[in-house]
Amino acid sequence: MVEPQKLEPMTREQTELYRKRQRGRNKVLGIVLISFAILFFAISIVKITAQTGGAG
Amino acid sequence: MDSGQTLPLPADWRDFFALTKPRVMTLVIFTGICGLLAAPGHIHPVIGFTAILCIAVGAGGAAALNQWWEADLDAGMKRTAARPVPSGRMDRTSARDFGFALSGGSVFTMGLGVGWLAAAILAFSIFYYAWIYTVWLKPRTPQNIVIGGGAGAFPPLIGWVAVTGDITLMPVLLFAIIFMWTPPHFWALALFVQIDYAKVGIPMMPVVAGERSTRHQIAAYAVALLPVTLAPWWIGGAGLIYGLSALALGLVFVVLSIKVGTRVSVPGDGMLPEKRLFGYSILYLFVLFGMLVVDRLATVQGWL
Repeated sequence: MVEPQKLEPMTREQTELYRKRQRGRNKVLGIVLISFAILFFAISIVKITAQTGGAG
Repeated sequence: MDSGQTLPLPADWRDFFALTKPRVMTLVIFTGICGLLAAPGHIHPVIGFTAILCIAVGAGGAAALNQWWEADLDAGMKRTAARPVPSGRMDRTSARDFGFALSGGSVFTMGLGVGWLAAAILAFSIFYYAWIYTVWLKPRTPQNIVIGGGAGAFPPLIGWVAVTGDITLMPVLLFAIIFMWTPPHFWALALFVQIDYAKVGIPMMPVVAGERSTRHQIAAYAVALLPVTLAPWWIGGAGLIYGLSALALGLVFVVLSIKVGTRVSVPGDGMLPEKRLFGYSILYLFVLFGMLVVDRLATVQGWL
């Protein structure tokens, strides 16, 4: 059986950099997901409007 | 003494962005937009935006898969050694997963939002670049660029199909233009970076067939490209603005290519004609496709 690799504890600077990278990725992922939701909402509205001939 | 390892740093989001080859993507987006705008018919701006977004994201996904597969080769070349995976800033698995996610996401969004024919062509273009070109042809044949050029030729075709919903001769001609343009464009680059390719064993034309043969083929492709670019005008798919622009741009391209095709480089050569041809080839494609849109706009507005 392979022994799990033991990891050294990170220094304070390394931890800060790790968290900074995580925050950066989370922010970008959040922006992408929100944009995706808005895009699908807009596509749905356009398709519904096209199918109903724009009638209210 | 064995130094212990800490938890690996997660890749920065900028490295994921770099994985999509943003500079190549600008040409992909531009030709995709041109195909979309030059096509006869109307597309809602939201659907048009979605189509271009999917083309761009699909191209980014294919680029990520390319870099996942070629990480070892990239590490051996000066031009590519600083990319996220070979430089160690990102692990290969992340690059692979990112590539598959972008590819799958773009194809499904294209299918649901724009149309399944455009989505099918997009899926095939990703497969073409990531598998047929990257995995299959690039390491096997010096004709890799000729056939691989097809991968970059899909965006205007997809943009056109997004509007019309079917494939006619015009979008196939737009595909053919980029297909024929790619060899002289890329071989001009390969001539001044050939040492890199030779080092990692990629059979690029200058490495395998020699510089002389490559130069002749650059000139031959440039000459053959000219009638292909004029074909949209001849068949009536584009007007005078496009036709005259294609003729003028094409003649300059032929002249620059013949200069490259007929010269012999010497040790310590700055390779200026090759660099000039490479730079012009990019400008050429931007202006040619731009003129196609201007021509269409002029026709719709009744300026001609």
